[in-house]
Amino acid sequence: MTFDLFVLPFFIGLLFLLGVLVVKYSRWIAMMDASDRVKAGMALFSFSLLKTIKEIFMESLLHRRMFKRNPLLGFMHMSFALGWLLLIVMGNLESRVYSGGHINPPYYPIFLKFFIHDKRVLPFEIFTLPGFFRFIMDLILLFVLSGLVLALFKRTRSKWFGLKRTTVHNSFDKWAITSLWLIFPMRLLAESFTAGIYKGGGFLTNTLGSFFNLIFPLEYLAYPAWWAYSFMLGIFFVTLPWSRFMHIPTEVILIFLRNAGIEQGKYPGSFSEIEINSCPRCGVCIDVCQMNQAGLTGSTAVYFIRSLRDQQTDVQLNSNCMMCGRCLEACPVGIDTLGLRVGARRVDNKGIISDFSYLMKQPLIKKKTEVVYFAGCMGHLTPGVKRAMLQIFEKAGIGYTFLDEDGSICCGRPLKLAGMQEAALKLVSENTVKIKNTGAKILVTSCPICYKVFNNDYKLEGITVMHHSVFIDNLVKEGKLILRPSALKAVYHDPCELGRGSGIYEQPRNVLKQIAEVSDVAEERANSLCCGGSIGDLAMNAIQRNVIRDNALNILCQSRPDVLVTACPLCKKTFDSGNTIVVKDIAELVADNMEPNKLQLHAAELIDQQCVIS
Amino acid sequence: MEKKPKNFGYSVTRDRQIDFDANNHDICKIVTKAEPTLNLCISCGSCAATCTAGQFTDFSLRQVILLLRRGETKDLDKEVSKCMLCGKCQLVCPRNVSTRNLVIQISKALCDNRMSAS
Repeated sequence: MTFDLFVLPFFIGLLFLLGVLVVKYSRWIAMMDASDRVKAGMALFSFSLLKTIKEIFMESLLHRRMFKRNPLLGFMHMSFALGWLLLIVMGNLESRVYSGGHINPPYYPIFLKFFIHDKRVLPFEIFTLPGFFRFIMDLILLFVLSGLVLALFKRTRSKWFGLKRTTVHNSFDKWAITSLWLIFPMRLLAESFTAGIYKGGGFLTNTLGSFFNLIFPLEYLAYPAWWAYSFMLGIFFVTLPWSRFMHIPTEVILIFLRNAGIEQGKYPGSFSEIEINSCPRCGVCIDVCQMNQAGLTGSTAVYFIRSLRDQQTDVQLNSNCMMCGRCLEACPVGIDTLGLRVGARRVDNKGIISDFSYLMKQPLIKKKTEVVYFAGCMGHLTPGVKRAMLQIFEKAGIGYTFLDEDGSICCGRPLKLAGMQEAALKLVSENTVKIKNTGAKILVTSCPICYKVFNNDYKLEGITVMHHSVFIDNLVKEGKLILRPSALKAVYHDPCELGRGSGIYEQPRNVLKQIAEVSDVAEERANSLCCGGSIGDLAMNAIQRNVIRDNALNILCQSRPDVLVTACPLCKKTFDSGNTIVVKDIAELVADNMEPNKLQLHAAELIDQQCVIS
Repeated sequence: MEKKPKNFGYSVTRDRQIDFDANNHDICKIVTKAEPTLNLCISCGSCAATCTAGQFTDFSLRQVILLLRRGETKDLDKEVSKCMLCGKCQLVCPRNVSTRNLVIQISKALCDNRMSAS
């Protein structure tokens, strides 16, 4: 017997799912740029495929990043993903052994225990262990069920799993998850009932079956249980393409494409669609999002991506994000949440015209030096930072050109973050001409926002872009700048664009450590908080910003430091308005604590000697 | 021969009447709905004083808001298009007006208005 009517719900569901997936995948391939398609094709036959397979195993099955976040959360996801895959693989092997190596219909291994209740030792098992398959299949099922128990606990005790808040799912997702959760208990019941009748099964199903046999009329219950099991599988497969579980077949593709070197590119496009479909709505991004503190719970990455997928985008939702990148850092799937947000804003702000023709008339600076300094808009708004940098240049004896002394042209990043790409590019080209004209080798900027965009979007061949913290660190290492230790107790705040955005964590700390005693902060480096002043957000009002600022200040000032040091004029300006602590830019602190360097000491000695001689 | 009138360097400024009834007040309403903090503006001019674009050209957010409130929206989109969205005005605004979003909303409202007119 290899067929029974009850397999139909599963079988139809499976065929339906495969059909939908084929349609979706072909749409994505069709939407792809030709160059990306070539890249993807090449990646199929290159070494990056091995990397992809490894990553799929580590992330999609073992859930390494989830484990890092919280072991319990990781185990829960692993037991479902790895457990289910093992059930399928081992079930297939088992059915192959029974059928003598023949290929079976897809439902056969899934419902094997219904068709075969054999207690004989199989030929293959003689060489290993008698009852090997019965034991291993029960063990895997137990593994999956342990994950299910954890998942149920997570509903009420999410804090055990490292999650303070969890995603509020829509009703469709609730249907899908209910069917997923019921699949495995139904399998357990169906297999146990059958094992109870035929005295078969492994350690789990046999024990349960014998127990149930004492109290239930199993001959009437077994068949309905198989139907229920099949139905649950069917419902899950039918709901999958429109539920959060679409991430299962999509994440694999995302990992492959990412390793093939394909980037988000245009929006909406194939890659962004795949990213949107890869979001499992696990809710890891919810706790890290500071917008929650301001009561803006609806615009977190998970809900934003859901709105994109359901094509219910909302301007308010798209605008309400500080683009700090904390969700990007936390996301176990590695979805470029910020890129998607900018993409959505690009659609929102499509018709806006920008005209910067007035910039054309600006004269170019004639001075030529190795180093050129760009304070940026925010640098001009914090004159202390600007002044400190000029002092440092003087002290270290660096010849410099102050590029935007008479007012800077904005770097373009604010426009880019607002989704006005074309307008941003106009500013980029305008600034590029100005910078290149100076013939400089090093471009030093005080503003991490400018720094990021100079690095990512400007084509400044032959010019090294440096944030001033890096530049100062280099000066100190080269001995051009000697710092004087002070008795100050300081904490360092990583600006979003400098830390997470550009990966600069150590240089400012190196400098700071030479001047002050630096204590650690609860949320620092990649987990650093946003100051609340972000230019990434468009819709937040000042009261909401202040809540975020004050919460960040609370965490930063836990160790009661004398001074809060940052490396971003915008962060400085924002924290300053909190009026809780002295806030200084790293350049200001350096300028206050500089010793004369060797050359200057030498010069001073010479003068002294001359004085003595004369 | 007719005698040319002598120019003494003075001129008569033509009477400038603002016909409020003829002006377009809808834009201001749309913008205020989208960015309610516009109502907080006291026209102090801090935004214009710090403006990045204002250093290169005669762009002034204060003036933009003034024209918007009066309903003189005819050439407003040309004015607003000069903004680089750098956000300095937002930081200096003593009334905490969300100026960046304000500029975007004005541009959007004007854009929609243009679309519906054409």
